[in-house]
Amino acid sequence: MRHFLDFEKPIAALEGKIEELRHLGGNSGMNIAEEIGKLQSRIDKELAQTYKKLGPWEKVQVARHPERPKMVQIIEHVFDEFIELSGDRAYAEDYAIIGGMARLRGRPVVILGTEKGSTTEQRVKRNFGMVRPEGYRKAIRLMALANQFNLPVISFVDTAGAYPGRGAEERGQAEAIARAIQSCLGLKTPLISAIVGEGGSGGAIALAAGNRVVMFEHAVYSVISPEGCASILWRSGDKAQTAAEALRLTAQDMHALGVIDQIVEEPLGGAHRNIDTALQNLATSIEAQLQDLSVMDAEALIKDRREKYLNMGDKALI
Amino acid sequence: MNWITNSVLPKIKALVQSSDVPENLWIKCPSCSQMLFHKDYQEAFNCCSTCGHHTPLAPEERFKLLYDADSYETLEVSVRSDDPLKFKDSKRYPERLKATRTKTGTQDAIAVAKGSIGGKPVVIAAFDFRFMGGSMGRTVGDGLLLAADTAVAENAALIVVPSSGGARMQEGILSLMQLPRSILAVEKVREAKLPYIVLLTHPTTGGVTASFAMLGDIQLAEPGAIIGFAGRRVIEETVREKLPDDFQTAEYLQEHGMVDMVVARTEQKQQIDAILSMLMEARAA
Ligand SMILES: [Zn+2]
Repeated sequence: MRHFLDFEKPIAALEGKIEELRHLGGNSGMNIAEEIGKLQSRIDKELAQTYKKLGPWEKVQVARHPERPKMVQIIEHVFDEFIELSGDRAYAEDYAIIGGMARLRGRPVVILGTEKGSTTEQRVKRNFGMVRPEGYRKAIRLMALANQFNLPVISFVDTAGAYPGRGAEERGQAEAIARAIQSCLGLKTPLISAIVGEGGSGGAIALAAGNRVVMFEHAVYSVISPEGCASILWRSGDKAQTAAEALRLTAQDMHALGVIDQIVEEPLGGAHRNIDTALQNLATSIEAQLQDLSVMDAEALIKDRREKYLNMGDKALI
Repeated sequence: MNWITNSVLPKIKALVQSSDVPENLWIKCPSCSQMLFHKDYQEAFNCCSTCGHHTPLAPEERFKLLYDADSYETLEVSVRSDDPLKFKDSKRYPERLKATRTKTGTQDAIAVAKGSIGGKPVVIAAFDFRFMGGSMGRTVGDGLLLAADTAVAENAALIVVPSSGGARMQEGILSLMQLPRSILAVEKVREAKLPYIVLLTHPTTGGVTASFAMLGDIQLAEPGAIIGFAGRRVIEETVREKLPDDFQTAEYLQEHGMVDMVVARTEQKQQIDAILSMLMEARAA
């Protein structure tokens, strides 16, 4: 059973009708296939209309959808081969980040991505995609590996943020994030980052200070969660929707502000309704960006990133 | 209300209050409640003579504390007053900026100066917590870049003194983008092989700790300062972990290997002078 979001109620009702019809089978006397076809086209129309005008708060819901494509599926659909590498060589393996070597349409690359998990058991193992210092230090180590063997790095972000916990603080969460950003900026090979679901603050930029940043159409990227912002500035968690609007966290706003370079189209009704199409679109976008960067040497790549991030803040929304 | 009461009077008040308080000869230590003679307290750079508590210090006072007498000049940070997100909570962002500027008499949450410590050239960028909680937006990023560029141009060491709640929410994603931007600033100093010292003061949290503030060649911290990525309340409320009383204090961070030393204000100038002598002597040779 699909998980429907609040604003998808009309769609849920129509899909429910289809289910009913299928259940009735041939006993009803009407042409089931034809009825289902009609309902399906109504659903498609409704989805197209709804998803065309999603507000920021609705996009937050879509970005957090439990069936949104995860790193595990990205590895399956975007890459041909994957060799997972583990550990920070200092303290632990952090399952909230998956990293390793893979092939993107034949070409070897290093990949890194946060993973929220798809089942309850997986979510606990993956710490709901909230990375601890070990995870960022694993990312730093894999970026060094990429430098050593001249492999491009592709990073995927879907996290509510870095993990806020006693141990994480004691082991230097802030320092780990700072060093991860520093590693991104100093990488001698191309770095392409993709914001695929939630781009949650410092925990996101730690992996995403790339030469090129692409972002799914309905993903969100923000300095603070709408809930966190609401509780600080409006002194009420109930104002999350208002905060989501004020924060301008959509892919469209990110593009206008020069924070991302390309918006990746999602299939009808969001990436979770057709994971394969969504991830093929993502793969195509990443491959094109990588192609663009392949003419640059190490020095040019570092300079490119430097200019990009030194100029951050010069664009404004109209 | 007229123009004078609205804008000039608060400025004058702010100036008067920050420099001398003639009607207020005694001050109560916020930590031990001891009554302290105001003049002594000021001369001790807001440190309590009884319990040693360090109360936040404005950038101008910090410059006086660290620089050789009459050696420094403040540099002008170009100030941004626009509103890239058209952000509005209870106030529009430009109105909030204007009101804060009037109230504090400062332009944004950072001040930059160049001068000398023990005769060695040093640029200091100091945060001002009174200005929107020392939050880092584009102007703070600009200030850090100005400080780093000046250090490189003048062959000077860079000292940053953070005091900040983190990124400035009113600038949204552009404040998050100051994390890589501020790191690039301090990377310029590193590439020039000039010393970069961070002096962490109360409080330093969020996006500021997760960027330039944890990347010093030497990490110093003031006694009792709270330093961390996630705030205590967030940790207690979201993951419900029990936290020790001294969690995230400068001393706790030192115990956990996160800072080189905890240095009281009375020792800071001397300690920094000694560190810079070591770092810059071999470099010059
Ligand atoms: Zn005291």
